[in-house]
Amino acid sequence: MSSVILKDIVKRFGDFTAVHKTTLEIPDGAFVTLLGPSGCGKTTNLRMIAGLLDPTEGEILIGGKRMNDTPIHKRNLGIVFQNYALFPHKTVAENVAFGLKYRKVSRDEIARRVKDALELVQLPHVGDRHPKALSGGQQQRIALARAIVINPDVLLLDEPLSALDANLREDMRVELKRIQDRIGVTTVFVTHDQSEALAMSDKIVVMSAGHVEQVGTPEEVYNAPASEFVANFLGASNIFDAPCTQASAQGATLDAPVFGPVEVAAARAPGVVSGPAKLVLRAEKLQLMPQGAVPTGMISAPATVETVDYQGQTVRYFIRLGERQMQAINMIDERPFAEGEAVLAAFRPRDCAALRGA
Amino acid sequence: MSSVEAREARQPWILLSPALTAVGLLLFVPLIFIVVYSFWLRTATGADVAGFHLDNWAEALTDAFYRDILISTLRIAAITTVVCALAGYPAAYFIARSRGNKMILLLLLMLPFWISYIIRTMSWINILGVSGAINSALMALGVISEPINMLYNETTVILGLVHFLLPFMILNIYVSLEGIDTNLEDAATSLGATRWQSFLEVTLPLSLPGLAAGGLLCFVLGAGTYITPLVLGGPTDAMFANLVFEAIITQLNWPLGSALSLMLLAVLGLLVAIYNRYLGMAQLMKGLG
Repeated sequence: MSSVILKDIVKRFGDFTAVHKTTLEIPDGAFVTLLGPSGCGKTTNLRMIAGLLDPTEGEILIGGKRMNDTPIHKRNLGIVFQNYALFPHKTVAENVAFGLKYRKVSRDEIARRVKDALELVQLPHVGDRHPKALSGGQQQRIALARAIVINPDVLLLDEPLSALDANLREDMRVELKRIQDRIGVTTVFVTHDQSEALAMSDKIVVMSAGHVEQVGTPEEVYNAPASEFVANFLGASNIFDAPCTQASAQGATLDAPVFGPVEVAAARAPGVVSGPAKLVLRAEKLQLMPQGAVPTGMISAPATVETVDYQGQTVRYFIRLGERQMQAINMIDERPFAEGEAVLAAFRPRDCAALRGA
Repeated sequence: MSSVEAREARQPWILLSPALTAVGLLLFVPLIFIVVYSFWLRTATGADVAGFHLDNWAEALTDAFYRDILISTLRIAAITTVVCALAGYPAAYFIARSRGNKMILLLLLMLPFWISYIIRTMSWINILGVSGAINSALMALGVISEPINMLYNETTVILGLVHFLLPFMILNIYVSLEGIDTNLEDAATSLGATRWQSFLEVTLPLSLPGLAAGGLLCFVLGAGTYITPLVLGGPTDAMFANLVFEAIITQLNWPLGSALSLMLLAVLGLLVAIYNRYLGMAQLMKGLG
């Protein structure tokens, strides 16, 4: 078990810079997620940690040791690939035993550890079968068993859930987190799925276009996004220009269009000073109410429902406030509002975040 | 069966019929002629006597001359196949793993097919012949005073066959390597195998079907050739197909030639059948397509 440190890492492919100067510290035993859209450099970072790619500049340290010149087979990492990458010509047990064969482990111990690993992923009886005979979710568990049976220093997961069905993905998410907690291995998880990142991570590293946008706990990146990109990528947000009229140690006051002045706590307004600023209002925090309601402790404005996107438990509304369109995602209480209905849009100032304006 | 179902069942046969007709007329009908011919009898006057005579078969199957040449034909084909596999695998691996210029490399591989096989075979005379490139160069450099005799032996026949068949081997191996997920090798090395170990444990076993398909093609085409030994072989290097050519074209002995060609067909057919039993023809089709 080891920490992972990326020090001033740069990766270029010809003229294209996939990763701009990045410094990251992944503490021992932590579950850290690299989150971002495709092409943001998250997989490139993972592959550099793995040793599948060499960084153009900078250093990679695992357990405090410089790894740049250590070939992949000597790094002692467990990697789970998106498409499982199980060896199709070997049985499940042979797949899981693969890494142990190169580790001077006795035959009896290999058998025992393979059995333990298969039990850990809750597939104790499939050892004799070939991977093709298993379902996608089962294959993914075997891939995980194969990666952890070698007691890796670091577990690297490259979008391991994205090839699974929605239901199975959520089950596997819980399962994966349970296993990681149990063995306590330092884990780097790459995904483009924000709900996976929020549910599983100790820390999330949000990346965009080769840059790290924000590093923080799930609550931090969700509630206090450091940039417009982060606010938009983690869930739906309403973001609009709202000049900051007053900034102090307690917080900042932003003059929001339609709604008027909004006070944002300092923790959620990093670096905001008097002048141009942006107000971030999450779609889930914008509450629609019947016309004539009197919300207490909330700022409100009249609006018209334009589009209703019914999703069972919740509804996503697109509403119009004057010239502005906004999104609101609300739990359904009794019945959803209808398209064209006049409503009151309200939110609590403490649910807002503020960003420095351009 | 409803009329719709009947129509749907007929459809593939309708679409296949032009090809089946061509294959039937150009392959099976002549083959039947050959089978029939092999039981006719050639008389001293040069006239063929129709009927059911086993004389040709008796001669073809018992004469040690034919048996020896059949064995040496199979040996030459086997050596050629092994050389093609050893030389072709690294090349196929390189093409499959190269990134940007894969298409150019494949085009280069196809390029020889644009030149007649006979011309390509004859080009070795200009390279290895008494007044060929190598002898001229060595003599000009003063390394030798007399030209070395390099042509017209079994080695040059094998060389010519390797030259002819190598692209088939490379293409077949390439196709099977292309089908292997590159993550598999990454997974193997991440688990502690060196690159060489991961090749032996993962890539090589998964590419064996392509190697076998390429091997079958090289062996069958190599064993059936008559041009290469004719152009590059000496008087004692005749291969089995040369005997057929000799019997039919030179001696006009169609009955014996028919029996001999059916013998070769049976031996190679047996090989294909064994291959099909264990590996299936689908892999071969992949490599050809």
